[in-house]
Amino acid sequence: MSPKVLLSSKKIDIILNRLACQLIEKHPDFSQVVLVGLQPRGIFLLDRLVNLLERDYAKGKVISGKLDITFFRDDFRRFDKTLAASSSEMEVTIEGKSVVIIDDVLFTGRSIRAALTALDNYGRPLDVQLLVLIDRRFSRHLPIQPDFIGAQVDALEGDKVRVQWKDDKHDDIVYIEKK
Amino acid sequence: MKKLSVDHLLGIKYLNEDDIHLIFETADHFKEVINRPIKKVPSLRDITIANLFFENSTRTKLSFELAEKRLSADVINFSASQSSVSKGETLIDTVNNILAMKVDVVVMRHPNPGAALFLSQNVDACIINAGDGTHEHPSQALLDAYSIKEKLGDLKGKRIAIVGDILHSRVALSNIFALKMLGAEVKLCGPKSLIPRHIQSLGVSVSTDLMETLKWCDAVNMLRVQNERMDLNYFPTTREYAQLYGLNLKKLERIKKEIVILHPGPINRGVEITSDVADSKNAIILDQVENGVAIRMAVIYLLVAKLNIPQV
Repeated sequence: MSPKVLLSSKKIDIILNRLACQLIEKHPDFSQVVLVGLQPRGIFLLDRLVNLLERDYAKGKVISGKLDITFFRDDFRRFDKTLAASSSEMEVTIEGKSVVIIDDVLFTGRSIRAALTALDNYGRPLDVQLLVLIDRRFSRHLPIQPDFIGAQVDALEGDKVRVQWKDDKHDDIVYIEKK
Repeated sequence: MKKLSVDHLLGIKYLNEDDIHLIFETADHFKEVINRPIKKVPSLRDITIANLFFENSTRTKLSFELAEKRLSADVINFSASQSSVSKGETLIDTVNNILAMKVDVVVMRHPNPGAALFLSQNVDACIINAGDGTHEHPSQALLDAYSIKEKLGDLKGKRIAIVGDILHSRVALSNIFALKMLGAEVKLCGPKSLIPRHIQSLGVSVSTDLMETLKWCDAVNMLRVQNERMDLNYFPTTREYAQLYGLNLKKLERIKKEIVILHPGPINRGVEITSDVADSKNAIILDQVENGVAIRMAVIYLLVAKLNIPQV
């Protein structure tokens, strides 16, 4: 079956602006906030949000980091493929700060569990929140729920929800591939 | 995601270029991990690794043990001097007894060339060769190449010299395989008596003139004179060897260029390398030790990734 478009470029733009506003509403003092994008796909959302906050909402320098969770995943050796790592760029301390974990699609919640374990290595944050562009409802394997949601989607177990970020050839788009 | 083409690390000659690049990429990530405040990841928490050292070792054993622990594996250590090997037990029996305790990976150093290959054919576990006699020492060659690459960039076309006791060195052989595979030019230098005949067939050049070799190379790997393996006198005196093939500051100044200096350790200070050179800024001997842990974490991680958990 051909992919079905869930969110167009225009809708994604509105959602990103709303998410930025929600972040500011929740955190009046942005100097105590660290945005952490998850490798490999959450970092695009992170970059866009940081860009928006710094440029359009004049939030000054937003503190952010990129976190790789490969070595903390619970499915190592469970599948036929080796887990490929990406680089972590965490030049920040999260001790006593409010951390917002940022990822593109929340599905089973296992990546987020791995991210919470990986975050332990960088200090004890004041609190941790979760921001996702797409929340695949009713598919969680763990008791993990997002605090900031771009859009909610109902999809079957084997379906794939993909986020394509803007580059030279494509526009932003979110689509679903039925199995 | 790419996988290693092999199930064991027996020697560099069983790997291909893609394998080496995959190990280097993975090691980059582990190097970042071991420089964090908390230097541990939980990937191998359900794996048990046995370190079997039938021959003395400080660096390699510690490095492997640290790499295993940083990956959260359970580790058991064994050295031949305190074991039943001295009571006459065979290698396969020893290892099978250890495997009966549910060990997944065996890291082995053994004085006999081919011991790791022999073991991989006869027991059911992932084998990592930590040096087999005068044959290969693959993890050392990987970390040497990785350290040179860190300093000089891509190894393609780079000139690397290996100086000293080539005849008794497993490091030299593994280094030749790894460096050639990565596209570097390799020159061996040492007294004729310590260079194996027909070694040129591996695609390396040979010289007996240290100054000429130093002028030629971008990096030099100074090997230790392995007195413990010498059954007869290969050179007249240690003093003469140090004069002809030892690296000192005077010789480095005479070549009028900067070269990277490696040494696999342990150093015989004043024989193959003087203290002022070993402690100079161009010597990356301690970088090699740090990179050793990252490389060994990468090798273990990638090999264990191939041990799929059986579906229950």
